[in-house]
Amino acid sequence: MSVALVIVSHSAQLADGVVELAAQMARNVELRAAGGTDDGRIGTSFDKVNDAVAELRAAGHDVAILTDLGSATMTVEAVLDFFDDDELAHVKFSDGPLVEGAVAAAVTAQVGGDLDAVVAAGRARELFS
Amino acid sequence: MSDTLSVAWALAWIRGSQAVLAANREHLNDLDRAIGDGDHGENMDRGFKAVVVKLADGAEDVQGVLKLVASTLMSTVGGAAGPLYGTAFLRAAKAVEGDLDANGVVAVIAGALDGIVARGKATTGEKTMVDAWTPALVAATAAAEGGATPAATLRVASDAAAKGAEDTIPLQASKGRASYLGERSIGHKDPGATSTALILNAAADAAEAA
Repeated sequence: MSVALVIVSHSAQLADGVVELAAQMARNVELRAAGGTDDGRIGTSFDKVNDAVAELRAAGHDVAILTDLGSATMTVEAVLDFFDDDELAHVKFSDGPLVEGAVAAAVTAQVGGDLDAVVAAGRARELFS
Repeated sequence: MSDTLSVAWALAWIRGSQAVLAANREHLNDLDRAIGDGDHGENMDRGFKAVVVKLADGAEDVQGVLKLVASTLMSTVGGAAGPLYGTAFLRAAKAVEGDLDANGVVAVIAGALDGIVARGKATTGEKTMVDAWTPALVAATAAAEGGATPAATLRVASDAAAKGAEDTIPLQASKGRASYLGERSIGHKDPGATSTALILNAAADAAEAA
C-alpha cells in the first residue's frame, strides 16, 4: 500500500507550491494540496482536508497529513476526530516543519517507506537535534 | 421565565449570538489585528451567519442545535476559531439530553471548555478563550449548586466570562499566533475570550427572555 500526502496550508498558493516542490523528488507519490478556505481566503478548510483524505483512501493509499501553522493542525485534528481506530491506522498527522517535512516525507514515500516511516520523516526531527 | 431551557432557547441563543457577533465584527477584527491575523470578527460573523441559515430548517432539541452549530462552524470559519468553537459545541452537544436545568447549563459550559482544551491544548493564563470559559464554568457550577435557575446560572457565567476576557489584557500570550509577539502581546484583550463572552451573554439574554 503506497503512502500519499495531504499538504494543508492557510494559503492555497503555499500548499500548491509545497506540492510542486515535493513532487520534484517524488514523481510517483500522490500529493494533494488542501490550502485556503472553501471561498479562497487565507485559512484552512475542514471539508478540503476531509475530501482530500477521502479521495486518497478511496484510491487505496495510506495518508500522511502535514500542516503549516497551529490552526491548520487543529483543523486536521478535528477531521481525525471523526475517524474510527481502524481508519486512524491508515491516516496520520505528521507534525513537522512544512517545507522540509513535506520533501522528506515525499522522498520516503517514493522509496517505499510505510506510513510510520513517512510520518517520522515528515517530522524532520534531525533538523533540530 | 421557565424552569428549563428548551430548543426554543437554543435557537434564540444562536440567533442572538449571530446578531451580536455581526455587530462586533470590526471590534473583534481590531482586537485580532493587534495580536493575531486580524480576521476573528470576519470569521465568527461568517460562521454564525452560515449557522443561522442551516438552523432555518429547525432542530429537534438542544442537542440537535448544538451539533449543527459544531459542524457548520468547523466547515465555514476557516481560522483557529473554527476547530476550537466547533469542538466546543460538539462536546457541549454530547454532554446534554433533552431540556436543560441549571446542571444542564453547567454541562454545556463544561463540555465546551473540555473541547477547547482538548483541541487547543491551552490552560488558564495563556491569553486564550480558555481564560473566559474557565471562570464561566466555575461561576456556573457554584450557582447551580446554590439552586440558581438556568437563566441565573447563565448570567453569572456570562459575567464571569466578560471579566475573564478583561483579565486577559495584562497577560502575555503563550499559545497561538499571538505567542510569536512575546511581551508585545501584553496590553491587548484576547479576541477569542471576547467572542466567548459575547456568545455567553447571548445565551443568558435568551434564557432571561424564555
